Amino acid sequence: MTLKKYIEDASAKWMEGSGPDSKYVISTRVRLARNLKDIPHPFLAGDNDTEKVVKDVNEAIKRGSAGLGEHKLLWTRDLEPIDRKVLVEKHLISPLLAKEDRNSAIIVREDQAISVMLNEEDHIRIQCLFPGLQLDKAFEYADQIDDLIEESVDYAFDEEWGYLTTCPTNVGTGMRASVMLHLPGLVMTGQINRVLSAVGQVGLAVRGLYGEGTEMVGNIVQLSNQITLGQSEKDILEKLEGVTRQLIDQEEKAREDLLQKGEEKLADKVGRAYGQLSYARIISTNEAMGLLSSVRLGCDMGFLKEVDSKILNDLLVLIRPANLQKMAEKELTSEERDIKRANLIRERINIKKDA
Amino acid sequence: MTCEECNKRPATVHFTKIINNEKTEVHLCEKCAKEKGGDLDFNVDPGFPINHFLSGLMDVDKSLDSKQFNKDLGQSDKLQCGKCNLTYNQFSQISRLGCSNCFTVFSKHLNPLLKRIHGKTSHMGKVPKRTGGNLRVKKRIGEMKEELQECIKREEFERAAEIRDEIRKLENELD
Repeated sequence: MTLKKYIEDASAKWMEGSGPDSKYVISTRVRLARNLKDIPHPFLAGDNDTEKVVKDVNEAIKRGSAGLGEHKLLWTRDLEPIDRKVLVEKHLISPLLAKEDRNSAIIVREDQAISVMLNEEDHIRIQCLFPGLQLDKAFEYADQIDDLIEESVDYAFDEEWGYLTTCPTNVGTGMRASVMLHLPGLVMTGQINRVLSAVGQVGLAVRGLYGEGTEMVGNIVQLSNQITLGQSEKDILEKLEGVTRQLIDQEEKAREDLLQKGEEKLADKVGRAYGQLSYARIISTNEAMGLLSSVRLGCDMGFLKEVDSKILNDLLVLIRPANLQKMAEKELTSEERDIKRANLIRERINIKKDA
Repeated sequence: MTCEECNKRPATVHFTKIINNEKTEVHLCEKCAKEKGGDLDFNVDPGFPINHFLSGLMDVDKSLDSKQFNKDLGQSDKLQCGKCNLTYNQFSQISRLGCSNCFTVFSKHLNPLLKRIHGKTSHMGKVPKRTGGNLRVKKRIGEMKEELQECIKREEFERAAEIRDEIRKLENELD
């Protein structure tokens, strides 16, 4: 199989398109947490209960009037450990679901843009992922799947508190909306900490690429709502979109600034990153992420016309440990992975635009 | 750099430990790191322990009025959900609710906690289509009343009249 074909198969189909504001926003995700009435939450539920959740939701989706489209149900216990990790790296399931085999499962639409996690922290977690900044669209889809499931199962819902979730931090809408932003300009101009602390002050959470507790690598941050109770979904999405747009503006200005103050310096940084990625033989994830961020910036700013600007999106997931091992079809030590990673990037960087 | 544990393989995992303001750096190979780390899985995000953070929020009560808090806690010791058997004490340790019935049983303690987390305690968002019943209509009426006020402010009286009629229709549905 050619690398191009491998990337097409391995990365989710939803990533193929390049969505609005894709120079700054890599992807948008909306997640809704729901529980069924009268069934203990997964951490206390018995096997019969968890099995019933999977069966009922799966049937609800089949029976529902609108339909989910081509999809499949995967039980976590049937997945090899490596496949579970691949799904985590692709953001399709959470690390918690990957670890937990007590009748947990995932229903995933063919293009992987929509997935439903079952028996994770909550009975149901509906997730929609789209490229670029598409909060309304991601919510619209999640909302439809939510209605579809609710046509035939009874949710735990309270007039005062809204959707009742396992963790009090999700009570209310049960919605967590997030955008993944690529902000190399703000990092290079040293403004990132100031900007992100301002974001924190308006009640939004800023995290690294893989959610809570992860650091910022490759100049990528995840911005999401923290509050789920007392605000409507529309209010939450509007606020997140508003702040995202401000960050985009700031990033745009920072990039212009960098260009005006030192075009040569910027072109040099980009060129060196391109050179290193083109010839490196051993590379760690973090080093690769940093260099890929520079190359992607070079594409966005027109310095690297020959490189496909989707390079960062493609490799964001594929250079992670489990994906590399899946590609190699065997377990790899850390050193072997560093070599594999460098090979993959060297090949990918030579796939020309529109090739 | 070679691994500090086995002194054979190259160190690829680097930790910084800070204990009592004393910083130590540890350099290990992947194998030794896995053995030393026990349950730590270096490939998967361990996540922020949100439950510790929430228990901290619950503890705020202590500083506010310790007498009242201890009295409440004495009572809440006995609080237990009849459906899933989760006790209030267990909840305050793990910050996870066992089932939808826990919300009713622990409601007195949950309200202040939710207020601390979210700032508000009243749901303003989506209502389930099929089982939301009257609440959906009530919410719609509330939204339309706001819209009506906006129209009056803007002196859009024709639209205001339309909205008024729609509100009446919905109110009749509720009766």
